[in-house]
Order: sequence, then structure tokens, then C-alpha cells
Amino acid sequence: MAFARFIGIALRYGATPALQGLDLSTERGEIFCLLGASGSGKTTLLKIAGGFLAPDAGRVELDGQDITRLPPWQRPVNTMFQSYALFPHMTVAENIGFGLRRMGMRGAALKTRVAELLTLVRLDGFAERRIDTISGGQQQRVALARSLARRPKLLLLDEPFSALDRNLREETRTDLLRLLRDLDITSIIVTHDQEEALSSADRIGVLRAGRLEQVGTPAAVYEHPVNRYVAEFLGAATLLPGTVIGGADELVRIALNCGTEMVVRGNARAGERVLLGVRPENVVASATGSLVGVVETILYRGATQEITLRLPDGSVLRMARPVQRGALPPQPGARLHVAIPLDAGMLLRD
Amino acid sequence: MRRALAVLPVWAWLVGFVALPAVLIAVMAVSISADSVPPFRLGLSFEALAAVFSDPYYRDGFLFSLRVAALSAAACLVLGYPMALAIARSAPRHRRLLLLLVILPFWTGFLLRITAWIGILRDEGLLNAVLGALGLPAIRLLHTDAAMLIGMVYGYLPFMILPIEARLSAADRTLEQAAADLGASPARVFLSVTLPLSLPGVWAGLALVFVPVAGEYVIPDLLGGPGSLTIGRVIYEEFFQNNDWPQAAALALVLLLGLALPASLVRRR
Repeated sequence: MAFARFIGIALRYGATPALQGLDLSTERGEIFCLLGASGSGKTTLLKIAGGFLAPDAGRVELDGQDITRLPPWQRPVNTMFQSYALFPHMTVAENIGFGLRRMGMRGAALKTRVAELLTLVRLDGFAERRIDTISGGQQQRVALARSLARRPKLLLLDEPFSALDRNLREETRTDLLRLLRDLDITSIIVTHDQEEALSSADRIGVLRAGRLEQVGTPAAVYEHPVNRYVAEFLGAATLLPGTVIGGADELVRIALNCGTEMVVRGNARAGERVLLGVRPENVVASATGSLVGVVETILYRGATQEITLRLPDGSVLRMARPVQRGALPPQPGARLHVAIPLDAGMLLRD
Repeated sequence: MRRALAVLPVWAWLVGFVALPAVLIAVMAVSISADSVPPFRLGLSFEALAAVFSDPYYRDGFLFSLRVAALSAAACLVLGYPMALAIARSAPRHRRLLLLLVILPFWTGFLLRITAWIGILRDEGLLNAVLGALGLPAIRLLHTDAAMLIGMVYGYLPFMILPIEARLSAADRTLEQAAADLGASPARVFLSVTLPLSLPGVWAGLALVFVPVAGEYVIPDLLGGPGSLTIGRVIYEEFFQNNDWPQAAALALVLLLGLALPASLVRRR
């Protein structure tokens, strides 16, 4: 059952449309990731959900209630801001208790709930600290505790890890996701980091220029992107142009511009110009492979090595494979036969 | 060494135009009044300083000035805060224009602007002409405490608006969004976030209005009545009418110290 629903949301800044008739629904308890480049409208959608922007058209519903016209302070929605937006003139406890006080909570009840939240984010003993005396990672957890305090029906997280160091990010993400799952909180995370989206979300929505290009589980969006933009936005992909020359039963035969014919899953008319997409890790070296290229560069990445192959028509195919200890890597200039397994090929259009 | 050279002009200025005059005033305050040119001879007399505290005429002057300064600062705050807020919240290009308008009066001489108020406030002035046209009775304003207060507020309002506006426009608006997100109504957002974060600007504004108004001479003299005896006017009187330089210097010294002390406390916050 849809829990948070956005129906036909449209908004323009002056003449520039930020969102164009966007429809989206998320389930109760779901962690939904809105993924998009800057300017794609993801932050705009978050502001509409929080009540900071009113859409020109469309409705927002939460748990069956139309909240489109509710001001932020009356919505059962809380936001964890990208900059955390912690109040610098208040202590950690006052920050976390701010939303509770607005609900009329005072005295012992307030103290107990704040202590509970501090424990939840592992900040016991930090209650009386000032915001500027704690680390960035601790500030992030205060912001999280503050946004959870009122037990929102919907939690919005705006780039929750972007202000953290890379090595702190991984650990914080694991903690946060476990917390969201334990508390069974319906949340929408906004991010431009595809890796973050893939590893965090139950479902991902890819936004581009105010429209949702694709919504699906991380695996579905990564393995079966609906178009070139989604394929390229979610990780590396090689796109080989070609023409459809036939096909049947959900299979399409493509004559690639590099001279090789390949079969890929999907549907297309004969004569249609299409792209064959493939992720680098799905390209396999094989003596019987039908694609032949000349090794151009080899990039050592520790666990994997990344090889670029120049194909006969001049296009470049990227492949990545596990580094085999002791095995000699191919040398630049060497000819290499590779294959693209049937399930790894992605039939794409521009 | 280069740093020392760079701050040299600052120190030269402070010594030449702040410390030295203060020392001169202090020396004069303990000198002995005499019928000569200049009308005192050097000495070590605390008679004038003692008179500052014992003579009710002087004491009343100080108390009156402090009251006027407090009233003016309060009025400037009440008028200036909403203006500062409106300016800080306006679109950037409007904001620049509005700030320019706030400081525009400084393009004209202070004395001239205060004199212009005589034309507005006098019995047959602009204000009474407007009141008359509306069928309302005329009011006597010029040469009253009220006219003096109007002049003070007019003259020093920019010094209240500018520091508050600077604070408000530098504040992170996301904090207000966060407060609203956590259930705070607009009034609560203002009281819990906007106002507390602008307090340093408010303190600065209060000091910038209170201190000069407490020593103000021109406005009480031009717009105030004969009874509007601020300490500034008393000092002027002692200097130029009674020719009692040590007494005037003693009054000025006490005023200076009395204002510098609280100001230094404000700075430490």
C-alpha cells in the first residue's frame, strides 16, 4: 500500500521547470533513494515533501492524508538537513529536545526521551555539550536524533553523508540504515552518489531534469536500466552503437558498428538504431569471444584491473576483471578476444 | 617587523587622537581654574571632580542623559529591528538599495539635517501644516524633550539597523527551516532561532546608539527645550559660558569613563 504519494507534482522557478508532473509513491517502512545529478530536482522534491515549497500543481499524500497545503510545522514529516542545521546557540540535548518541546513535552518526560535518543545514536554523555565542541560525525548523529525525536511518519534525509570524510561515511551509513530498519521508519534519502543509493535503498528513483527516468530496486535499476542516461549514471558502462537486423522471442540481433553481430534480450524493430550496453565487470576474456580489440590501457585498481580495448570501428570497450596473482596481465598493443554473455547485454536507446 | 609597521598608523591614530586628548582632559580636570589664558593653571586639585558627584545640577544632567540615551536606544531598537529584518529578508538587489537608503543621510551634514527638523517640528512647520490640513489641532513640539527624542532616534537609527541587519543577513536560513520542520510556528521560530542568533547585533546596536546619545550636544541644543539639560549641554555651558575648563573637563572625564566601562563589558561578550 502506498504510504507517501506524490501525484502530478509540478514546479517551476521562473521559466525553468524544476519538476514536471512527477508521480512517485513509497511503501510504509521503505527506504527510498532519490538519485540525481545536481539540478535534477531532487532537493526541490524534498522541500515539497517537507512543506518548504508549495508545488504549482499536484498533491502530496501521507498515510492517506492530503498534506499538500500543510505548513512544515504541522506536518508529521521531519528532515535531516544536508548541513545538519543544528542550532549553534543550544546544547546537544536542547537541539534534540527542540521538536519535543514544540509538542508540549517538558520536565522528566522530555529528559527521558532525549536520553533515549542520545543512547540510540550512541552519544550518551554528550547532552550538555555545545554543538561547536563535537566532531562532524557526532553532529551528524545529533541531527539524526533530532529528526527522529518526534517519531515522524516520513523522514527526509538530504545528502546525509556528504559532509563526512570518506572513511567515516561507510560506518555511518551502516549505522544509519540499521537504525532506520529497526525503527521501521519510512524514509526518502536524496543523494547524487550512485554507490550510496545502490547500497542503501530498498528502491531507487533516478531523477533527471525534473522527471523520474526509472524507479526500481537497486539491482533492477543497475542491471536493467531503461535508457542510456540511467545506464551511465549508475556506474560505468560501455555503449556500443549498432542496428537491429532481426529477432524474436524477446531476443534481438544487432549488427554493431564495429562489425560484430550480437544477440541481446529485449524488443526492437528491424532497422532501428540502438545501443548495446555492458558493464565493465561483465565483459569476459574468452578465446571464442566474437569481439576482438587491441589492448590500449591497463589500470591497476587493487582488487581489479581495468582494461580498455579499441575495437575495429574505433570505439572503446571497457572491461574490469579480478586481478589474478602471478598471472601476467595482457600487454598494451596485444589483441584480445572478449565476449558479452547474453544476460549481461543491455538493449538501450538514447 | 612588517606587521609592526602595518599597525603603526593605527597606534599613531589611537595615541594621537584618543589617548592624548583623554590625558589632556584628565590633566585639565585636576587643574585649578584661573583668570588667565588658557583659563586654568596646572595643579592637583580634586575639587572639580568632587563637584561632579556632589553638585545635584551635574548629577541631574547625568541622570537625564542616561535616561534619554536609554529611551533613544530602546526606541531605535523597536523601530530598527523590524526594518533590519525586512532589509535582510529582501531580494539581494533590493537589499543593496535599501542599505544605501539607510546610510544615504550621511551624505549630508549632521547639523544641517538636525536643523531641517526645526522646519518640520516648529509651530508653523510642516507637521502642523499637515495636521491642520487634516482638521487636527496643532501640537507644540519644537524645544521639548519629545522633539529632542525624535531627533535622537532620527539621527542614530542607522547605527541600530546596520549591525542587526548584518547579523540577520549572515545567519543561516536553514536553521529557521529546521526549527519550522521541528514544529515551531513562525513566531516560535523568531523567538527561538532568529532573535537569539541576532543578539550580538542587537548589543552592538544598543551600544552604538546609547554611547553617542548620552554625550550628544547638538540635538538637545537645537531641538530640546531649556529644561532638556543633557550632560552634553552642561559640559558646553561650563566650557564656553562659565569658562570653567577644569569643571568641564572633570564632567567630560567622568562621562568618558562611565561610558567606556559598560562598552568594554559588551565587547567581552
